[in-house]
Amino acid sequence: MALVEISDVHKSFGALEVLKGVSLDIEKGEIVTIIGKSGSGKSTLLRCINALETINQGEIRFEGQPVSTTMPNLRTMRQKVGIVFQAFNLFAHMTIERNITLAPVLTGKVAKSEARPLALDVLERVGLADKIDAYPEQLSGGQQQRAAIARCLAMAPHLMLFDEVTSALDPELVGEVLRVMEEMARQGMTMVLVTHEMNFARNVATKLIFMHQGRVWEQGNPGELFDNPQTPELKSFIGAAA
Amino acid sequence: MRSFTVSDFLTIVTALKWTFLLVGIALACGGPLALLLALMRSGTARLPRWLATGFLELVQGMPLLGLLMFFYFGMPVFLGINVPAIVAVGIAYTVYTAAFLGEIWRGGIQAIKHTQWEAAACLGITRWQQFRYVIAPQAFRIALPATVGFLVQLIKNTSLASVVGFVELARAGQIVNAGTFRPLLVYSIVAAIYFVICFPLTTWSRTLEARFNGAR
Amino acid sequence: MPDLNFRPIWRYQDQLVEGVLTTLLLTAVATIAGLVIGIAGAVLIRSGPKPVRWLLRIYIEIIRNTPVLVQIFIIYFVLPSFGLKMTPIQAACVALSIYFGAYAIEIIRSGLDSIPKSQIEAGMCLGITRMQVLRHVILPPALRNIYPSVTSQFVLLLLGTSIASQVSADELFHVAGFIDSRTYRSFEVYTLICLIYFGLVISFKLAFAALGRLAFRWPVRR
Repeated sequence: MALVEISDVHKSFGALEVLKGVSLDIEKGEIVTIIGKSGSGKSTLLRCINALETINQGEIRFEGQPVSTTMPNLRTMRQKVGIVFQAFNLFAHMTIERNITLAPVLTGKVAKSEARPLALDVLERVGLADKIDAYPEQLSGGQQQRAAIARCLAMAPHLMLFDEVTSALDPELVGEVLRVMEEMARQGMTMVLVTHEMNFARNVATKLIFMHQGRVWEQGNPGELFDNPQTPELKSFIGAAA
Repeated sequence: MRSFTVSDFLTIVTALKWTFLLVGIALACGGPLALLLALMRSGTARLPRWLATGFLELVQGMPLLGLLMFFYFGMPVFLGINVPAIVAVGIAYTVYTAAFLGEIWRGGIQAIKHTQWEAAACLGITRWQQFRYVIAPQAFRIALPATVGFLVQLIKNTSLASVVGFVELARAGQIVNAGTFRPLLVYSIVAAIYFVICFPLTTWSRTLEARFNGAR
Repeated sequence: MPDLNFRPIWRYQDQLVEGVLTTLLLTAVATIAGLVIGIAGAVLIRSGPKPVRWLLRIYIEIIRNTPVLVQIFIIYFVLPSFGLKMTPIQAACVALSIYFGAYAIEIIRSGLDSIPKSQIEAGMCLGITRMQVLRHVILPPALRNIYPSVTSQFVLLLLGTSIASQVSADELFHVAGFIDSRTYRSFEVYTLICLIYFGLVISFKLAFAALGRLAFRWPVRR
C-alpha cells in the first residue's frame, strides 16, 4: 500500500475545472516534485492531499484512509501531514518557540515541560536554534520559512507537503531553505513539493511529475524526464525554465 | 390630552429646518477650523502642534452636552452680554465639529507617504501649493468615508441642542409628545426622520470605504 | 467679567462622587453587555442563518442611524406602556447596551475579517481543533487590530452616558443639573463637570495605552 493513493481526482472552482482526473501514488520515502505552468493545478492537488480543498470526484487515501474535509479523523490525519506554504504563515503574535510547540502541546503530543527541548531540537535541524525566542517579523524570509519547516517537523509528520516554499524569497535566501529540505530528504522524510527549483527537482527528487491542463502529463525518473521529455509540452516547459 | 393631528406632524417636520441649520453652521464654521487644526497637528512646528493636540484632546474628552452648557452659560460670562441661544449652540457645534473633523483629516494627511511631500517639493512650488495640489486631493480620498461617517454623528447629535431649549427635531418631538402623550408614535416618527436622512449617508460612507479598501 | 465662584459647589462633593460612580457604572454595564452582544452578533452575522443575519443588519442600521437621545426616550417612555416599567438608570443601561452592542458587532466583525484566511488554514493544518484555532490563532491578532476602535468607542460611550441625564438618571451630568438648580452657578458647575469628564477620559486613554503596550508586544509588518 502506498502512503498516498490518488485516483481519478477532479476538482472545480465554479465553472473552472482545475483537476481533470489525476491519479498518482506516493510511496513512503519518496521525494516527489510536481512541476508545471501556473494554473496547471499543481498547488490545488497538493492542497487536496490534506483536505484543504474538497474534491468533486475520485478518491485520495492517506495511509489507507479516504481523505476528505468531512473525514472522521481529519485532525489526526493533519497531525501526520505537515504543510509548508509559500507565504510561511507563521503566527506573528507568537515567538518561534510558541509557533513550534503550539500544536504538539495542544494535541497532547508532548508535555509542557518537554516543549522547549522539542523546539530547540527541531530548530537545530533547520539551523535556527539561536532564534527560538524571536518573533517571526524579526526574522528574514529565509529564516521564517525554515522556522515554518521546523513547526511541521515538531509534529513528527509521516508526510511533508511544500507549496512553492521558495517562490516568495529573495534569490539569495533560497539556498538556505533548499539545503534544509535536502537534509530532510537524506534523512528519509517522504516529501511532495510543488516547485520551480529545477535543480532540486533533478538532483534531489526521486520522482518527477509534470502537470499540464489539470492532468498528470508525464511522470517518472527525474533524470530521464529532463534528458528525454516525451511530450512537446514538457520539452518546451524545460526549455523555458532552463 | 389631545389626539395626534396633521399639524403635530408638521410641527415635527418643520423643526427639521433648525436641525439642518445647526448642521450647516457646524460644517461652515467648524470645517475651516478643522482644516487649520489638522495642518497644525500634522506640521513640523512644535508650538502649533502642541496647541492643536491640546485642543483636540480637550474637546474630545468632554461630552457634547457639556460643551453646549459651557458655551450656553459661558457666553454671557465671556462677553458680559446675553446672546441668542443659536449663537451659543452654534459655537458649541463648531468647536465639536472642528475637533472631530480635525482628527479625521489629520489622519488623512498623515496617511500620505512622506515621499509625496518630497516629490512635490522637487517641483519648486510653495509649501501651500504642495499641500493644495498634491497632498490634499489624496488625503481627501482617504478621509472621505470617515468624514461622511462623522456627518451622520453630527446630524444625530444636533438632537442634544434640545437641552438648552433649542427646538430642533428631537425637541419638537418632546413638545408634541407633551401635548398628545403618544410617545410610541411621536418618537417613532422622529426616529424615522433621522433614519431617512442618516441611512443613505451611512450607506454612502460604507461604499466609499469598500471602494477605497478595494483600490489599495 | 463677572467673578467666578466655585466655592458653593464644593458642598456637593458627595453628590459629585456619586455621579461619577453612577457614570462609571452605566459605562461598565453598557460595555460588558455591549461586548457580549457584539461577540455573539459578529459570529452570527458572519455565519448565522440568513433571517438572523437580516435581523442583525436591521438592528445595526436602526441604532447607528438614529440619535441615542431618541433611543433612550423610546425605551424609557414607550416600554412602560407595554408593561415594562424601568427606573431611569435601568432604562439608560438597556438603551446604552443596545447602542454599544450595535457598534461592537461591526467592530468585532471587522476584527475577525481582518485575519487572513491563510492564517486560519495554517492553524487547521496543524491538526488542532476549530476552537483552538479561534482561541490561539485568530483571537490575539484580531484583538490587536480592533483595540484602537474598541477603546475609542468606549470613550464615546463614557461621554455618551451623559445623555442618560435627559431621562433623569442620576449620573454625573444629571448631578450637574441638580447642583446648578441649588447654587445658580451654572457656568462654574458645567466647567467643573466638563473637566471631570476630561479627567476620566484622559485616565482611561492612558490606561488603555499602557495596557495595549503590555498586551500586544509582538512586532508587526508595516
